Amino acid sequence: MNETRHHVTLTVNGVVREATVPGRRLLSDCLRHDLGLTGTHVGCEHGVCGACTVLLDGEPVRSCLTFAVTVDGHEITTVEGLARDGELSPVQRAFTECHALQCGFCTPGFLCTVTAFLRDNPAPTEEEALEAVAGNLCRCTGYQNILKAVHRAAEIQAEEGGA
Amino acid sequence: MKPPPFGYHGPATLGEALDVLAEAGPGGKVLAGGQSLIPLLNMRLAAPAHIVDVNRVPGLDGIEAGPSGVRVGALARHAAVERSPEAATAQPLLRQALRLVAHPVIRNRGTVVGSLVHADPAAEMPAVLALLGGSVRLASRGGEREVLAAEFFTGPMESALLPGELAVSAFFPALPPRSGTAFHEVARRHGDYAVAGVAAAVTLDEDFRIAAARVACVSVGPVPAVVDVTAACGPRPAASVGWETVVDAVRDRIEPEGDIHATADYRRHLTGVLAVRALRDAASAARGEES
Repeated sequence: MNETRHHVTLTVNGVVREATVPGRRLLSDCLRHDLGLTGTHVGCEHGVCGACTVLLDGEPVRSCLTFAVTVDGHEITTVEGLARDGELSPVQRAFTECHALQCGFCTPGFLCTVTAFLRDNPAPTEEEALEAVAGNLCRCTGYQNILKAVHRAAEIQAEEGGA
Repeated sequence: MKPPPFGYHGPATLGEALDVLAEAGPGGKVLAGGQSLIPLLNMRLAAPAHIVDVNRVPGLDGIEAGPSGVRVGALARHAAVERSPEAATAQPLLRQALRLVAHPVIRNRGTVVGSLVHADPAAEMPAVLALLGGSVRLASRGGEREVLAAEFFTGPMESALLPGELAVSAFFPALPPRSGTAFHEVARRHGDYAVAGVAAAVTLDEDFRIAAARVACVSVGPVPAVVDVTAACGPRPAASVGWETVVDAVRDRIEPEGDIHATADYRRHLTGVLAVRALRDAASAARGEES
């Protein structure tokens, strides 16, 4: 079947990118296959695991539950866009310090989710942090170190003046 | 898995959207938040011929709160309604229920009206609309109609929406003074669909006796089960009601089924327990107490 293709322009990690995709192209696949940004991982493809979480105009969303054509003209931040000038972001450093990842498959989704969460809530309680990561599945760590990393990232951000 | 092929339409105005839907007929499906539709497509459980993506249609993301209630537009995300202080003041049950809808990240994209049209009997929003006696506004090329919740939910994942129609908004009425609400549910995992859940609304008279009390139960029938328990509570002062007296009234009115997650008996038991908790909290809120 010859599917109609649609031209989409996305600003991904600050860079304007273009792709021509069928209507059914998931944003996750557009990022990975059309734009070559394989940092966004695809786990379940029905919104349960959270590995594919990216920021859409700053808000975390499941890229596997979003069509690329729907977000034509919008801004996307993926895990590749979290570091600044070659330096890992506070959330990325906290995950490294606290050993909050093992196999790393779920990590891009956690990093995007936590980055947006701490922007909105820079000093979360234990319960708020737990709620924030509850929509992302990790099968290695048992979450203890991920929760430590959320709080450590909040500390780093506070020390660096919310940078 | 990946969605099956479909014709994609991205109308820029409401009129254009209704034209496309009219032409697509039964093969047309509206895409708003997509948090229920896209999983169905990815798992190939649905294969609509045409997807009408309304995300570019202006004017559909409104949240209008006033003394009479809250009108929520088709593109108002769960998160936007949950965070709206005006909506929480006009109808507190919205925020109470929205906190139980999936996970925060899903709520950033999912829409309240989409949850209603999806009409999942395990979902919170249909129960809220049914409990409050709200309505859904359906637009088509021929005009608009307002359908009451009692007529809107017609079966599991089935609503009164006809081919060619777009649900443009939903209205959640406010409750009279001295009213309170609560929502309690039990899920296997935080954020999952509820094994059972109960929304409750209680209104007191001037002497703080029960004037009206009702519950809406999820996951225990094809559509949200609304049960008026005012008679079972009697016109007693809210503080002295033995809420356990309503358990049988609720359990007799639901039709739970067993599945891999829970037996029918367990769901029936759980619904009674949750009804007591929700009614007690709703009565406390009606008396102006923090629950």
